[in-house]
Amino acid sequence: MLAMFFWAFVVGGLICVIGQLLFDVAKLTPAHTLSLLVVIGSVLGGLGWYEPLINFAGAGATVPIVSFGNSLVNGALNEASKHGMVGVLTGMFEITSSGISAAIVFGMIGALLFKSKG
Amino acid sequence: MKKELKPEQKKYQELQQKHETKRPVLANCMKAFIVGGLICVIGQAVSLFYMYYFNFTEKTVGNPTVATMVFFSMLLTGFGIYDKLGQIGGAGSAVPVTGFGNAVISAAIEHKTEGFVLGVGGNIFKLAGAVIVWGVFSAFVVALIKTLWLMWI
Repeated sequence: MLAMFFWAFVVGGLICVIGQLLFDVAKLTPAHTLSLLVVIGSVLGGLGWYEPLINFAGAGATVPIVSFGNSLVNGALNEASKHGMVGVLTGMFEITSSGISAAIVFGMIGALLFKSKG
Repeated sequence: MKKELKPEQKKYQELQQKHETKRPVLANCMKAFIVGGLICVIGQAVSLFYMYYFNFTEKTVGNPTVATMVFFSMLLTGFGIYDKLGQIGGAGSAVPVTGFGNAVISAAIEHKTEGFVLGVGGNIFKLAGAVIVWGVFSAFVVALIKTLWLMWI
């Protein structure tokens, strides 16, 4: 179990280092960097290479935004295997619904609770 | 297509490049590694909590973990802690899903003064929208190609 924490730390940290290199060396804006990481995630998901990383590193692979792309692809592919082509659209948010709904719900609650500073 | 620069502009560019502060890439990477790694360790603890006390498997636990991390990021954003974390951690705080949550929630709080429909509703995805659009579109293309390929085989 301790090994799982260790690999979560290392893999999660390394993915963030890739992001930092895109910031500093490639001089991309945060929005470009995150979009690029998500696109990489969906390509890796399509190739089936992200799932082994999740099995290996747990939250080290599911917490970085890369896993968003992977989950979108997997949701779409799951539905597509059941219902055919239209599943690509209907299954898109099947797995990753919680990230978006949580962001909207907590964003709204945050706006109700907090005031902006400055 | 690169625009032809006037000599003065070229001179200015050289001057600017000479005085541009070099980014401490290595130090930034170390900080991003540590901050991002720690956020993932917290995520791992949350995952274990859900696997232990609720009926989640290693495959399904990512979903509630992400939601919980976004909840944490709401609290940290609201109290202004996440901004400070971002100054230290750089990409270490932006790349994990908490950074996505921070982008959504800070936009919501910031635009509250413009009203809840046009302000909060209209701007909530102002920063994070790019991630969703590119994620969904690339996932659509990838899934479509893979589905067609599997059908063709």
